[in-house]
Amino acid sequence: MEVRVANVRKEFDRFPALRDVSLDIRSGELIALLGPSGSGKTTLLRLIAGLERPTTGKIFFGDEDASSKTIQERNVGFVFQHYALFRHMTVADNIGFGLKVRPGATRPSKEEIRGRASELLNLVQLSGLEKRYPAQLSGGQRQRVALARAMAIEPKVLLLDEPFGALDAQVRRELRRWLRDIHDTTGHTTVFVTHDQEEALELADRVVVMSQGQIEQIGTADEVYDTPNSPFVFGFIGESSSLPVRIADGQVWIADRPIGLSAPNHPAGDALLYFRPHDIELLDGCSGCIAGTVVASRRVAGTRRVELEIGGERQRVEIELPVDHIATQKSRIAFRPSRWKLFPVKAPAN
Amino acid sequence: MTTTPAQAGWRFKQPSVIPGFGLTLGFSLVYLTLIILIPLAGLVWRSASLGWVDFWRIVTADRTLKALEISFGTALIAALINVVFGTIVAWVLVRYKFPGRRVVDAMVDLPFALPTAVAGIALTTLYAPNGWLGSLLMPLGIKVAYTPLGIIVALVFVSLPFVVRTVEPIIEEIDKEVEEAAATLGASRFQTITRVLFPGLAPAIITGFALAFARGVGEYGSVIFIAGNLPKVTEIAPLLIVIRLEEFNYPAATAIAAVMLAISFAMLLVINLLQTWSRKRYG
Amino acid sequence: MADPEIKSYEPVHENLSAAVTESRSARTVLMTIAFVFLGIFLLLPLVIVFKEAFAKGVGAYFASLNDHDTLSAIHLTLLVAVIAVPLNVVFGIAAAWAIAKFEFKGKAFLTTLIDLPFSVSPVISGLVYVLLFGAQAVLGPWLKSHGIEILFAVPGIVLATVFVTFPFVARELIPLMQEQGNGDEEAALSLGANGWQVFRYVTLPNIKWGLLYGVLLCNARAMGEFGAVSVVSGHIRGMTNTMPLHVEILYNEYNAVGAFAVASLLAGLALVTLILKTILEMRYGAELAATRGH
Repeated sequence: MEVRVANVRKEFDRFPALRDVSLDIRSGELIALLGPSGSGKTTLLRLIAGLERPTTGKIFFGDEDASSKTIQERNVGFVFQHYALFRHMTVADNIGFGLKVRPGATRPSKEEIRGRASELLNLVQLSGLEKRYPAQLSGGQRQRVALARAMAIEPKVLLLDEPFGALDAQVRRELRRWLRDIHDTTGHTTVFVTHDQEEALELADRVVVMSQGQIEQIGTADEVYDTPNSPFVFGFIGESSSLPVRIADGQVWIADRPIGLSAPNHPAGDALLYFRPHDIELLDGCSGCIAGTVVASRRVAGTRRVELEIGGERQRVEIELPVDHIATQKSRIAFRPSRWKLFPVKAPAN
Repeated sequence: MTTTPAQAGWRFKQPSVIPGFGLTLGFSLVYLTLIILIPLAGLVWRSASLGWVDFWRIVTADRTLKALEISFGTALIAALINVVFGTIVAWVLVRYKFPGRRVVDAMVDLPFALPTAVAGIALTTLYAPNGWLGSLLMPLGIKVAYTPLGIIVALVFVSLPFVVRTVEPIIEEIDKEVEEAAATLGASRFQTITRVLFPGLAPAIITGFALAFARGVGEYGSVIFIAGNLPKVTEIAPLLIVIRLEEFNYPAATAIAAVMLAISFAMLLVINLLQTWSRKRYG
Repeated sequence: MADPEIKSYEPVHENLSAAVTESRSARTVLMTIAFVFLGIFLLLPLVIVFKEAFAKGVGAYFASLNDHDTLSAIHLTLLVAVIAVPLNVVFGIAAAWAIAKFEFKGKAFLTTLIDLPFSVSPVISGLVYVLLFGAQAVLGPWLKSHGIEILFAVPGIVLATVFVTFPFVARELIPLMQEQGNGDEEAALSLGANGWQVFRYVTLPNIKWGLLYGVLLCNARAMGEFGAVSVVSGHIRGMTNTMPLHVEILYNEYNAVGAFAVASLLAGLALVTLILKTILEMRYGAELAATRGH
């Protein structure tokens, strides 16, 4: 099922949680809504589910306008952040609930519901736990039951709100792979919300990066990581360093020196230079480079992070070097970004 | 009905997918209006139609003023007694382990569950000159039954749970680390309790006091047996209302009730403000 | 449903370090004060009820209960509770649903109004109905000409009882449902349940113990109410006398055994209420946590 969000705006008490958001989700796609808290990602998910109504704009399921449909009619599977399992019902009853509450004519028999519950428990690898109550399950198990419950109604779309948010790191990583497998098996159109970039990049076909009620960028993991289209995305996804620079004569300058990067298509004037700490090349002499004084050096996993102070303004940037690189001994390092991007100093008001 | 349906611009209700708002709110408002608001409005209307002169004459009559004074005075003393002992009881129940703690804790609610008339005759029997406690106090020259002291005893009983029950959960919530921090900073146990813990309990104690006071002012059943009901000495305001009713003196009953009601609402307002204030301040 | 694990209700203060307990002597003094206070004010009144009831032996006790007027008082008390409690249960659920599940203007004010009867003297609660339905009142003559009896009859007693027990169920359920939030209901809706199904299968099981708790307190007050009922009842023996009113009559007639025998039934009811309440708190303490402390 394709889902299309068209120019949706959502206000809470006049406060805009979403401003003019449009998004096309392809059938069978696994999409991540990624952003810091307050970016509107959960609101967008709840709007798609029908748990909230848009202030303006529409949401289409396929060609059908879903905006006027109630949540029951939309037939979406929603996995809540804290699972919202019915604690007075057994695991099997939880999973069968959506079938049990169907109107008489379309309601499966008790045996069928039980059968379907076992099937789904099998799918989520929890066979044999039918009779347990939610309180008797671990966090990861509850997560899986919540997913099985949402899938029991054969939803058109599967929506997950911070599906791994309440779990510890180890379980998270396991379940992440497992969710990808389930998605590949069942082929549901799936949207999940997360604030964890690693989770989004690893799991999703496409990532929707959100900030302050707006979509900043939509793209595959490679696209949003390698070619971020705004300072926000650059800063939010992965590590980044930035420096204030000046553009003149198609060249990038820091103070009164060109740093050997050409920007022929960029308008002259002040700008911000963004690059990843590891996307740099070290240089020996410094004609056309960025040179800085080492102020700190930290070992981070397999690399060494070096913090440099640049120029008279004492701007600080971070670069990443191999652990035993000779340059880590020096007090001054000269480098040049190998992959970088320029943004206007003031983010365009949008 | 005091509400209007949702209008554009000014939104009466936040949109929600949960069904049943109109039905449940509508029913609640109708029921509330029929059972509580219309009867109370009737009382206000009746007392307003008395006219100021009559109203003032009834309310400032010597017997009325005395009755109000007795009701509010004894309720105040009883509430203060409960502040002291209720706080101690709450502390003991939360902090100390002893056999039967749960039974004692449950017993604190007895005044909520025991009908006031039963409490009234039981206390009267206990404190009568030949009763278990009355006969002990008699040689000391203390008379309880049929004196203002008796009213206080009855009110201490009926309002006993309020302070205990409002203070108990707050003591339970006290973060142990706060006390340990005070101790590491050199505070003695007494200083920790009076300087660190007590200020945190104060809002709950005040709330409990206000609730106990409000309950005591309106109490009727437990008091009338033990009070002796001597006009201007041990006659409480609710009893005076009943007496005026039995004399078919409806204006007088209405006027006294209106005064009591006004004071009760003022106290309700204060209680709510206190709770809002303490919630803001202490979360 | 932040933490669905069923927690033990017992507060955890077993491991208080030395820094956070009083000295042994201070503890002894505080405990003695607490026990003496509770003993005098709670235990003795309870004991005296049963002592007086059985003062002239078991035979006299049962003889005094097996009296026509006493039996009719018991009957009337049960009847009033059976009408008043369900009414307030329906109201309590409806009000709690509207207040806990929705955000709307004037919600705080409505919550305050619901608590109103708690701050009204029981005598006034009865008086308002006398003023409304009495012979000199607006509705009085009209009711009389149509042969409808409210005052000094069962309807008046029921109304007064409904008034004084009005807030009990609602104020147990409101904080409970607020704490539970809308998550479960939203989940049920997303799975296709309709409004009634959401309430029946999801909300009701979540609030049932809180509801029972509220019913218990509501019932205790309904059966024990004295002041309000006294004003509207007219004290007609065998007709409009509830148990608490009957206690008063017997006591004023110097029939101590009779008065305390009826009182012992009410005291028994109070004890049963407290026991059930305590069991609920122990079993379902975590679920009821929001409503503790009244």
